[in-house]
Amino acid sequence: MKLRQLAHSRTGDKGNTSNISVIAYDAKDWERLCRHVTAERVKTHFAGIVKGDVVRYELPRIAALNFVMYQALGGGVTRTLALDAHGKSLSSALLDLDVPDEEQA
Amino acid sequence: MKSIRIGSGAGYSGDRIEPAVELAEKGDIDYLVFECLAERTIALAQQAKMKNPALGYDPLLEPRMRAVLATCKAKGIKIVTNMGAANPEAGARKTAEIAKSLGLTGLKIAAVSGDDVIEAIRETPHRLEETGGSTTDLGNRIVSANAYFGTAPIVEALAQGADVVITGRAADPALFMAPLIREFGWAVDDWDKLGKGTVVGHLLECAGQVTGGYFADPGVKDVEGLGRLGFPIGEVSEDGTLVVTKVDGSGGKVTPQTVKEQLLYELHDPKNYFQPDVVADFSAVAVEEIGPDQVRVTGGTGRERTGTLKVSVGYIDSYVGEGQISYAGPGAVARGKLALDIVRERLALMQVKTTELRFDLIGIDSLHGQARGATGADPYEVRIRVTGRTDTLAEAVKIGNEVETLYTNGPAGGGGAFKSAREVVAVQSVLLPRALVGSSVRILEA
Repeated sequence: MKLRQLAHSRTGDKGNTSNISVIAYDAKDWERLCRHVTAERVKTHFAGIVKGDVVRYELPRIAALNFVMYQALGGGVTRTLALDAHGKSLSSALLDLDVPDEEQA
Repeated sequence: MKSIRIGSGAGYSGDRIEPAVELAEKGDIDYLVFECLAERTIALAQQAKMKNPALGYDPLLEPRMRAVLATCKAKGIKIVTNMGAANPEAGARKTAEIAKSLGLTGLKIAAVSGDDVIEAIRETPHRLEETGGSTTDLGNRIVSANAYFGTAPIVEALAQGADVVITGRAADPALFMAPLIREFGWAVDDWDKLGKGTVVGHLLECAGQVTGGYFADPGVKDVEGLGRLGFPIGEVSEDGTLVVTKVDGSGGKVTPQTVKEQLLYELHDPKNYFQPDVVADFSAVAVEEIGPDQVRVTGGTGRERTGTLKVSVGYIDSYVGEGQISYAGPGAVARGKLALDIVRERLALMQVKTTELRFDLIGIDSLHGQARGATGADPYEVRIRVTGRTDTLAEAVKIGNEVETLYTNGPAGGGGAFKSAREVVAVQSVLLPRALVGSSVRILEA
């Protein structure tokens, strides 16, 4: 299953740092997102784009995760050579992540 | 309980204008806020001011003010905006001139100045937050340095009876929180309320991004009426509770989903959102749909502010040259790749001096690289893009030229060439002790 079926997402930018929210459509899926959408997996998913660390923050009250990705915007929004200088399209790439199917409890 | 309604009339400098008119006319609002300063906008405005001291405010200040000023005056709606950019005083004078031309009288227009701290930055070396380097590394390439003001000077201007407040650099949420402090008398050390006020500002500051903009994904997240997207209204109670809504009948939608996405937009650690007025904590914010296009937001809080203010330092970083050209039909990708190889060879042959180069196949790998690019059948069309960084504009121009000459020297069927070369004004940040930054408020009577 793709992450896109379970969650929606938005990218923000500050300098050379990108953040991507992952928000469960159904709050019941939030713990599943916590298990499978880890900082390590996100870092691997964006290998070649994100040069620095990826840190995950948890927001249980809105069933969301927030990934902060350092050195992710080609030197920063104001100077990068990238076509998508802000990294606005990164959220769509993250929603392509595979999430393993789980048996219903 | 007392409450006020704040409309968000712009989310960036180039934003649509008529949604703000709709808010003024039909939004039943008390304040209309325009947030128009991106990270480097003020550096570009500073360059404009150096060429002409009467400029340096937002280029769209005139059409925006012209569009809403009369309605706001008639309805008693106060305007708060950072459209002063590098020259709030000139922005205020321009606004007075517009008011006069519209036949409006008795309007108080405040200019908030003092955010320009370039002298303090030039005097002594300061650590650059992003790179760990020093401002001295940037030498004489620094063109601007502006501290992010909090709410204080805006509240002061409102207290002096200003109908329009025009600032330069201020924290975006502060533009929205200042009216709350003015109306509700929140104490400057009521960290919990200021945390809630930051939530209000953060959700409203990007205008259409909380009402369905930057959200639609057909079949998954549908949004109606993006061509006539309504901008948000925040109805805020004295206790800091917020209801996000919009004008009935406007396009877009306000749902828990649109609000959650905007809550986390450009947020890093939710417990530590550093603002000039407070360290806001968004970690326990909750949202609840209470009616159609009405979402209640609660649970924000905050802690004592830090002793420093963030300063954006704008500097001339480099020059960038770029060229693009398209190929279509069978073999398009192969011809696009050949085109890239030819440009690579040409740049080497002509000894074009670059410090960084990038070769993209738009439609294949331009956004997320080859790892995440298309893997299936060849697309019908592809567009190549070559871009490079140089130390001079003259070198940058050569990059686009080498793409353009593919018309007559490159693969078959190359069409739609485009080239550009530009100076890059980039931005880095410095933290400056508060004591080094002073603000002033001047009121013009129109």
